[in-house]
Amino acid sequence: MATEIEQAIAAGILGGGIYALMAAGLTLIFGVLDIINVAQGIFVVLGAYLSYVLSVHLHLDLLVGLLITVPAMFVIGVVIYWLFIRPLRGAERTSMTLLACFAVALIIEGVLYKEFGSNYVSLSAWYTTSSVHLLGFYLPDIYLIGFGLAVAAMAALYLILYRTTFGRAVRATMQNQVAARLIGIDVNRVSAVTFGIGTAVTAIGGMVYGAISGGFTPNSGYDLISRLLAIVILAGMGSIGGALVTAVLMTTAEALVDIWQPDWSVAVFYLALVIILTVRPQGLFGRRAARAQ
Amino acid sequence: MTAGQAKSIRAGTGPADQLRERWLAPCGLAVLLVFVAVFPLLFPNPTATNFGVVTLIFVAVAAAWNIFSGFSGYLSLGHAVFYGTGAYFLVVAARDWNLTGAAVFWLVPLGGVAAAIIAVPLGLVALRVRRHTFVVITIAFFFIAQLSASNLGITGGSSGLLVPVPTSWNPATYNNPFYYLAMLLAAATVALSWLVRRSRFGLQLRAIRDDEDRAAGLGVRAMPVKLTALVVSGFITGMAGALWVYFIGEAFPQFVFDPLFDLAVVLMAFFGGLGTVAGPVLGALVLEPTQLYLNLQQANGYESEILFGVLFLAVILFLPRGVLPTAAEYVTAARARLRRGGWPGRTGASQAQAPPPAADNPAGTPAAGSAP
Repeated sequence: MATEIEQAIAAGILGGGIYALMAAGLTLIFGVLDIINVAQGIFVVLGAYLSYVLSVHLHLDLLVGLLITVPAMFVIGVVIYWLFIRPLRGAERTSMTLLACFAVALIIEGVLYKEFGSNYVSLSAWYTTSSVHLLGFYLPDIYLIGFGLAVAAMAALYLILYRTTFGRAVRATMQNQVAARLIGIDVNRVSAVTFGIGTAVTAIGGMVYGAISGGFTPNSGYDLISRLLAIVILAGMGSIGGALVTAVLMTTAEALVDIWQPDWSVAVFYLALVIILTVRPQGLFGRRAARAQ
Repeated sequence: MTAGQAKSIRAGTGPADQLRERWLAPCGLAVLLVFVAVFPLLFPNPTATNFGVVTLIFVAVAAAWNIFSGFSGYLSLGHAVFYGTGAYFLVVAARDWNLTGAAVFWLVPLGGVAAAIIAVPLGLVALRVRRHTFVVITIAFFFIAQLSASNLGITGGSSGLLVPVPTSWNPATYNNPFYYLAMLLAAATVALSWLVRRSRFGLQLRAIRDDEDRAAGLGVRAMPVKLTALVVSGFITGMAGALWVYFIGEAFPQFVFDPLFDLAVVLMAFFGGLGTVAGPVLGALVLEPTQLYLNLQQANGYESEILFGVLFLAVILFLPRGVLPTAAEYVTAARARLRRGGWPGRTGASQAQAPPPAADNPAGTPAAGSAP
């Protein structure tokens, strides 16, 4: 049998997969659009509620429901980008887009409260309560499914970014927006689709989060976004690979601290953020910008 | 442009215009001050003075936030940390030192000092990074503070703490001491913000906002300047928090450290005009009573939350530079059109659009074009 510590490490790694996926969406949006999507947390909660509606009212299996929620979140992301982010330009764009995302998050949170109230709900299916014994570890099925989904989604993301023409356009936009525009890339379209993809992954994240968190409310977005922001900043803004590693490291650290100090385990994220940024302001995997302003 | 043309342009800003520019703002300010001062006499209704106290506290906080974030361009979404520090300092100190009644008010400046002390290490860490990363660090500090308040013994945890409210005071005029202290705090903060904007220090802050590396190259010692602004801002925010918590009479972690507080303050500054003196004041005077009224009308919080978000989006999309700079732009454009009347020409138009000198603008209403 695995010890308590080994068990925590296993749960941390598996749980880290899904945070890695959500953080990858966030850091992709940052890399291409140069905005911090603080609405990512509430998008995850929205994705979870969409899964909830489908499973309770239409009796769809959670995994089948993803076939609907992922495209739905993609469309929501594109619409939000087109209506609220795209028009923002000028010197104050950084803070403006951040605040616009915050405003969108507030509206979504308010609508969710209106529709679903403040009671905790959670997602359930036959695989959310069962578990398997593997190499002496006691692993809930949903953690394995979530990890598998995250790996599959990130593989898809990798293929899109590195094996398609569109992905080439995305990477070009990440490197230099003006140059990308000059060689004929429609930066607005690339940005809209990127925002959509970054939002679509929250449908998967939301489904798994809704099943493993043991209950969520519209208010859960704050907890999520603070963790996700900590992960992407720690990793270094815009580094997708770094976000994956950092997500797994942080959830594992949290799971370990949780053994001794359940009340303070969340603080691991923020403390690590503060300590590491005092030593290395560009983050663990970030490159120092030539002239950050 | 010929000398004759230049002369006729100067003639455009005639004595009437100068008079308006020099006297309009101070007179408006005086009227506003008198109105605020007699407000509790005109509307002695406790609900009205209650609105007044909270609104004036937010005037102080929005102006204080603006002294740091508006002038330096470092957007802080963590000022609730200072607000909450001041608040908890007052509650805990009043309990441990057995203070009641008017004596508790002496703890308000001490609450500000506590917040200022917290601001030093926070600033030393957070001000090493810029832009997005700075914003996120302030959010992280906010969550650390909220988490600590929920879990530490000294704050009473999530069950909260009560402040012994002065029961012997006359209920009819109970709000008045709070009201006049909040007014004093708000007026002092606005005056300070006006002084800072006109000072060398304020110029350094705005140089940092426009281009920090270049400012440093020109000899601005960026870190001490930014840190001073943050500490001053935190000091005032802490005092406001301490006064507010004594007024409310209870301290719960989720209300003392409220993410909506941060957003509300930022919205106020953006609504009125970021980096201006009058903007955040206008924002607080318009938005806080609206918010309180909506809360009063609707028992459920979500509708005001949705409205708040919609309003925020509307301001960002349609008034991205705030009401006052946009209004100033319209006024300048209208004047330019008037002046162009019998004297068309491109040079005239471009001259008329140039901002009026800032010195003729005592309330700090920003000239069109001076805002970024």
